[in-house]
Amino acid sequence: MQDKSQDKPRSYPDSIDDTHQLLSAADYVAGRPLSTAVFLALRMGRPLLLEGEAGVGKTEIAKVLALALDRRLIRLQCYEGLDIASAVYEWNYSRQMIEIRLAEAAGNESRQALENDIFSQRFLIRRPLLQALEPSDAPPVLLIDELDRSDEPFEAYLLEVLADFQVTIPEIGTIRAERPPIVIITSNRTREIHDAVKRRCLYHWIDYPGSAEELEIVRRKAPRAQQALAQEVVAFVQKLRTMDLFKLPGIAETIDWANAMVELNRIFLDPETVNDTLGALLKYQDDVARVRGDEASRILAEIRTELSRNH
Amino acid sequence: MTSAAISSSGYLSENVVHFARALRRAGVPVGPDRVIDALRALALTGVARRDDFYWTLAALFLNRQEQFEVFDQAIGLFWRHRELLDQIRSGPRDIEAADDETLPGQRVAEALGLVHEAALLEQAAPDETGTAASHAEQLRQKDFDSMSGAELAEAKKLIASLRLPIAEIPTRRLRPSAHGRLIDMRATLRSSLRGNLDLIPLAHRSLRKRHPPLVVLCDISGSMSRYSRMFLHFVHAITNDRDRVHTFVFGTRLSNITRYLRHRDVDMALGDVARAVSDWSGGTRIGATIREFNLRWSRRVLGQNAVVLLISDGLDRDGGAQLDESMERLRKSCRRLIWLNPLLRFDGFEPLATGVRIMLQHVDDFLPAHNVDSLSGLATALAHRHQTPFKPLAQATLPRPGQPLNATKQVRLTPQQ
Repeated sequence: MQDKSQDKPRSYPDSIDDTHQLLSAADYVAGRPLSTAVFLALRMGRPLLLEGEAGVGKTEIAKVLALALDRRLIRLQCYEGLDIASAVYEWNYSRQMIEIRLAEAAGNESRQALENDIFSQRFLIRRPLLQALEPSDAPPVLLIDELDRSDEPFEAYLLEVLADFQVTIPEIGTIRAERPPIVIITSNRTREIHDAVKRRCLYHWIDYPGSAEELEIVRRKAPRAQQALAQEVVAFVQKLRTMDLFKLPGIAETIDWANAMVELNRIFLDPETVNDTLGALLKYQDDVARVRGDEASRILAEIRTELSRNH
Repeated sequence: MTSAAISSSGYLSENVVHFARALRRAGVPVGPDRVIDALRALALTGVARRDDFYWTLAALFLNRQEQFEVFDQAIGLFWRHRELLDQIRSGPRDIEAADDETLPGQRVAEALGLVHEAALLEQAAPDETGTAASHAEQLRQKDFDSMSGAELAEAKKLIASLRLPIAEIPTRRLRPSAHGRLIDMRATLRSSLRGNLDLIPLAHRSLRKRHPPLVVLCDISGSMSRYSRMFLHFVHAITNDRDRVHTFVFGTRLSNITRYLRHRDVDMALGDVARAVSDWSGGTRIGATIREFNLRWSRRVLGQNAVVLLISDGLDRDGGAQLDESMERLRKSCRRLIWLNPLLRFDGFEPLATGVRIMLQHVDDFLPAHNVDSLSGLATALAHRHQTPFKPLAQATLPRPGQPLNATKQVRLTPQQ
């Protein structure tokens, strides 16, 4: 890897190729489209909104960027009812109470001074969003994970943060990031993210990878799987994704399954093991029932002939 | 290419502006801010490689996956010929206009169910006896199926004022409240500084409540045609009354019409629906369409504990194929599954059809919906059954053939005349 800059945390890549290499060096296999989106997000200082099915590596991007650029990763997991107190900041109430009590005991402090004191930075508990905006050597990576799980009020609040990289605390004032953090937002589309949020972001839909790409991912993420096994695993999963299933397996499932085969000391797929381990791949009983048995044997036979033809 | 070269050439920016305009006409909303951003982005990525150009514009101009196809086609043309682009720019407009000119009456008529083929429903004679009972009162109890055009128009007005107050559910968000059970520490400490330090009054808060999201699945097949148009008026009223309402119609296939119903004007909204949906007044494939809903939409619209309103007579052309699994999956994915059936207006309604028998096993509520009264009565009926926040464990019991559905399952608010 080329390190042109002198400062300790790596600076942003200069081109799409650089970005691709950066991700690849951290074992993230990204297609050109994703590399382009990441490069632009970094260079334009815009948040990157990633959508896609579960298990295609949306969250992983943030982790990999933090690692590759040597930045701190700040993660905010969204959920319904996520509020400012758990996302941005909260006052340390018990310490404030003690402070009031002490002032009372001493009996010499003015009301105004006490108020100023207990609502100062000293009593502030910083939550992820505020942490991400604080001055640091290098802007951190802020991962806002599964934004679709939060509710609309939180999304509306996020607008201020994403537009100007600032938050307003009534008692203190506005805190503004000197340099914008790298923001990665992910969504599983359990509901549509509001257009106002989308407008502030660059958008990328991460699709399931093609065979070659997925094989490369398995090679890197499940290195103990032999080449022949990896090929069969990938071919099997790719076949499943063409089926009419309730939940298609993601890349995470492919890697899990390859690792499961390694743990079971398998070098090839065989119908019996496939049937026993379908749970690593399919997460709905209806789907498992559909694939188990004849269907699995059929797919297995099909990929065997296809693989042998290619050799 | 350097950024200076790009900005000095001017040709590229003109093209991008042109392209953005084309996308806008094709239905992808690209704002001027995005165009400026795109030019900045192209200065960074360069235009030497075609795929880089492609994905740069994709990252900036798109914000949902569905737009991708339009984008892909548009950029393909853009790359080849500017003249062709001009054609696609004007293309959709022209088609739409031609559509409007040639077929307005016929298509809208079909779509709104004026072509009436409710063979399964007995046709009541139009009520023309001028009785003393108030006209509105009569109208409320009259079956949609037997209404005249003028009566329908009036019924629509009544429906437009209906609301569906499905009980609100507590969210995990808090609001200040004098009688709340949780203590608001922040407000407490704030107020403590205002008054006497010896005594700190506690401020309280409680859980904020809000409507659960509502998903409407409406049958628009031939046997339902007269009813479905009234229901769409009803759904339009609900859609514009509250947020998080998603509406799908199905006959032989499933269409999402949520976007059209957001139009404030009910006639415009239903006109758009009529144009967008192609399987009006045909057969029904309930099992297949619900299965399609489960596969393609349930994760996206049922995510936040939605209530599902299924409007259908349960008469399935496929004879109940796939219905059992699909209905079971649907019920497991939502907070509450409510079935509105216009056929329930008959006192002797028996669940003989296979589809009806299967579906009955998987619904939480089974209610009539055939006149204005039954629609407005939904509110009361649902509110009463909504005391517990949890799903009742007992499923709808299935009466044996020959035994009519009695009042335990059926909520009749006004006796039928």
